[in-house]
Amino acid sequence: MRQTCNSDGGVGSTENVQARGITLLSIFVDTPTAEPNPETKLLADFKTDTHLRKVYLAGREYLNKEGQTSVSPLIGKIMQQICTDPTLCPEYPSSFGLPEFTRRATELVLGRDCHAIVENRVLGVQTVGCTGAVRLGAELLKHWYNVSGVWCGPVYLSSPCDDSLAGIFEAAGIQDVRRYRYWDTEQRGVGVQKMMEDLEMAPEQSVIVLSASAHCPTGSDLSQKHWRLLTQLMVRCRFFPFFLLPAQGLCHGDFQQDAWPVRLCASLGMELLCAQSFSHSFGLYGERVGHLLCVLKQSSTLLAVQSQAEKQVRALWSRPSVRGARVVATVLSNPAHHVEWQEGVKSMVERGILVRERLREKLRLLGCPGSWDHLIQQGGLYCCTGLNVQQVEFLEKRRHIYLHPNGCLNPQFCLAAPPGSLQRRHTPKLAVWLCLSTHRIIRVSCLRSPLPSL
Amino acid sequence: MSLFGEVPQATPVAVFKLSNDFKDDPNPMKVNLGVGAYRTDEGQPWVLPVVKKVEKLIVADNRLNHEYLPILGLPEFRSSASKIALGEDSPAIQENRVGAVQCLGGTGALKMGAEFLRRWYNGNDNMKTPVYVSAPTWENHNSVFANAGFKDVRPYKYWDAEKRGLDLAGFLGDLETAPKHSIFVLHACAHNPTGTDPTHVEWMQVAEVMERRKLFVFFDSAYQGFASGCLDKDAWAVRYFVTQGFEMFCAQSFSKNFGLYNERVGNLTIVARDADNVRRVLSQMEKIVRVTWSNPPSQGARLVAITLNTAELFAEWKDNVKTMADRVLLMRASLQAKLQALGTPGTWDHITQQIGMFSFTGLNPKQVEYMIKERSIYLMASGRINMCGLTTKNIDYVAKSIHETVVNVQ
Repeated sequence: MRQTCNSDGGVGSTENVQARGITLLSIFVDTPTAEPNPETKLLADFKTDTHLRKVYLAGREYLNKEGQTSVSPLIGKIMQQICTDPTLCPEYPSSFGLPEFTRRATELVLGRDCHAIVENRVLGVQTVGCTGAVRLGAELLKHWYNVSGVWCGPVYLSSPCDDSLAGIFEAAGIQDVRRYRYWDTEQRGVGVQKMMEDLEMAPEQSVIVLSASAHCPTGSDLSQKHWRLLTQLMVRCRFFPFFLLPAQGLCHGDFQQDAWPVRLCASLGMELLCAQSFSHSFGLYGERVGHLLCVLKQSSTLLAVQSQAEKQVRALWSRPSVRGARVVATVLSNPAHHVEWQEGVKSMVERGILVRERLREKLRLLGCPGSWDHLIQQGGLYCCTGLNVQQVEFLEKRRHIYLHPNGCLNPQFCLAAPPGSLQRRHTPKLAVWLCLSTHRIIRVSCLRSPLPSL
Repeated sequence: MSLFGEVPQATPVAVFKLSNDFKDDPNPMKVNLGVGAYRTDEGQPWVLPVVKKVEKLIVADNRLNHEYLPILGLPEFRSSASKIALGEDSPAIQENRVGAVQCLGGTGALKMGAEFLRRWYNGNDNMKTPVYVSAPTWENHNSVFANAGFKDVRPYKYWDAEKRGLDLAGFLGDLETAPKHSIFVLHACAHNPTGTDPTHVEWMQVAEVMERRKLFVFFDSAYQGFASGCLDKDAWAVRYFVTQGFEMFCAQSFSKNFGLYNERVGNLTIVARDADNVRRVLSQMEKIVRVTWSNPPSQGARLVAITLNTAELFAEWKDNVKTMADRVLLMRASLQAKLQALGTPGTWDHITQQIGMFSFTGLNPKQVEYMIKERSIYLMASGRINMCGLTTKNIDYVAKSIHETVVNVQ
């Protein structure tokens, strides 16, 4: 009878294992260290940077006036209510999540009187954040898109895009992931012509991942005119649009406008997927409240697609976590709460615009070369400065200001914060620092290469 | 033409269908013995008192924010959850060779483990490594491993229907003949759906073969504390394997033992040869998490972490768990006693010998159908019942129904 373990080098310890002739070579010995994802690496570099005035501008969250993430008093109150509600019981939710949540999330994107909803050809699934929604959508496409044709791609992503997107499709088994040109460095905006050129070359039945509004990471979106042209192209080439809508309401302060491209496609009778997140608009990052919307051409396919979606969810996470979705559903189903929440979102947008304007103004006052109008033309969480790789590196290494390698930043992180707050020791001088640095680098780089055209 | 036009209807998940049929049944005497969740003697779900307490603490705590958790989850949750499985004084923990990933429930933990193994175990991207799951097993085991890319998911002998117990010879036989490095999914305790666990001696025999044949140990631990009422007792198998020097994965769920079904609290515990291996494995796990759910949800993990790391709350939780386990034991004893008193043909000792939430009654599919159609008592086609569906109010009805079924239907 073998001994049970004890704490001083007993039976299970390394010495004893060796003594019993068990190989000490781990079964994981061939597992390499993974390359850290760029965002993790950037944050890690920032954390180990000992410079007193270091600043991190690549955060993923919306910040309040104090430079912190927070939930509104309304959300806080609803969380309290939920906590003390005796009628709520700890049951397994369905794999699709809370019905009230999926219903409201669907209506928020498509509009309550959307034909697709009325004709019962819309599927909504609560997911673990936007990532979960994209992953579920990818699994659905991989397994069930054009079954008889054995579809396996391609999926087109914008260049640049969120750095996890390609990996999500690959993890779902879709290896053929390509890019279409999106951000135009010279124009400092969307290069629509190049985008259309690339998509014209795409094979039929390609899945095109599109940002409905507040493009990550550039903040630059298509105009309505360009959306119309794009949808014509998609219909003609039989493309399948997969929309990303992580911050509805936070781009223009208008929920309809932010979802307009999705509504346009739905009104044209297209099939589409749309991955939504409520992290930003509710400040509920930790709760992972996401939603996958699927609009089908025919209601006759709904039950079958729904049943297959359930199977996919079962094998991914079985069912989603409920708390965050309950909060969102409570707000969205109560007219008074809904209005209060929308007002809150609008003021977040206004604050965002203010910060962008201040930044642009300071750059103008400092006589920074180039045009900086794109800073206020962009919307949502991110903005793309247009700085190149060398300039971004200069900012990081010489000025301890951390941006995404592609020159994008979250302007909210420029806000003032109370003294002593962790990591976000921003002062009103930050904007000046940023401007000076930008100004200096552009000057420096001007010596080496031609000025960017205005 | 819809490009989803040819999507076939998936076969419904059996346990969901059963629940739906139960809901639609108008018979006031109906009993749901299919659900996989705890119910009180009033037939209601139970919010553990300690959970209510901690929820209030969380809501009242202004310092807690709603930011993203780290990709691998809440650190204090991960470490305390692993301690629960491995024991405070585990040599593996002391030698700093344990890692963990917070996941979406037990399913999420299995998923992460499966995705990692498919990518990095037994060669790179080797989808041919056989994955063995018990016959029978929780049906989602098959889906999770198949969807992770494994092409060869097979059963290993486990349940002996004739003797209504463990088929040890069959189990050991399959271990001996499995290709080396095959992955075996083992139920840590309270086997689902049979409720039949190997004894300590039997576990030792299993471990001996697995060590010799270099088979990968993947524990599924969804019922720790719930089986015997004692956390340490229920973790005996997992801890024994650690003392034998195994590297392993252990997928833990806190859905049942915390009653946190809807917050999806799970943990994948990783035991490796040393800290460097753990570090590399976790770095790859991060990549996998990033493309599945990016960051896990915070609420449930926070709740469990606070409970496990606060002495009084921990004691209260253990007590709550024992309450649930005791009720199950009581229902087992009552059912067995009633069936014996009725003189129901056959032996019914297995009801008290089996452990955990479930019992494999031994009723055949025809008998199950009779129970459902004629008596409105809902159980799985396998004959599995959830003891938590029994209450002092319905146990007479259920016992009589089983009796009637066994007598009239063969």
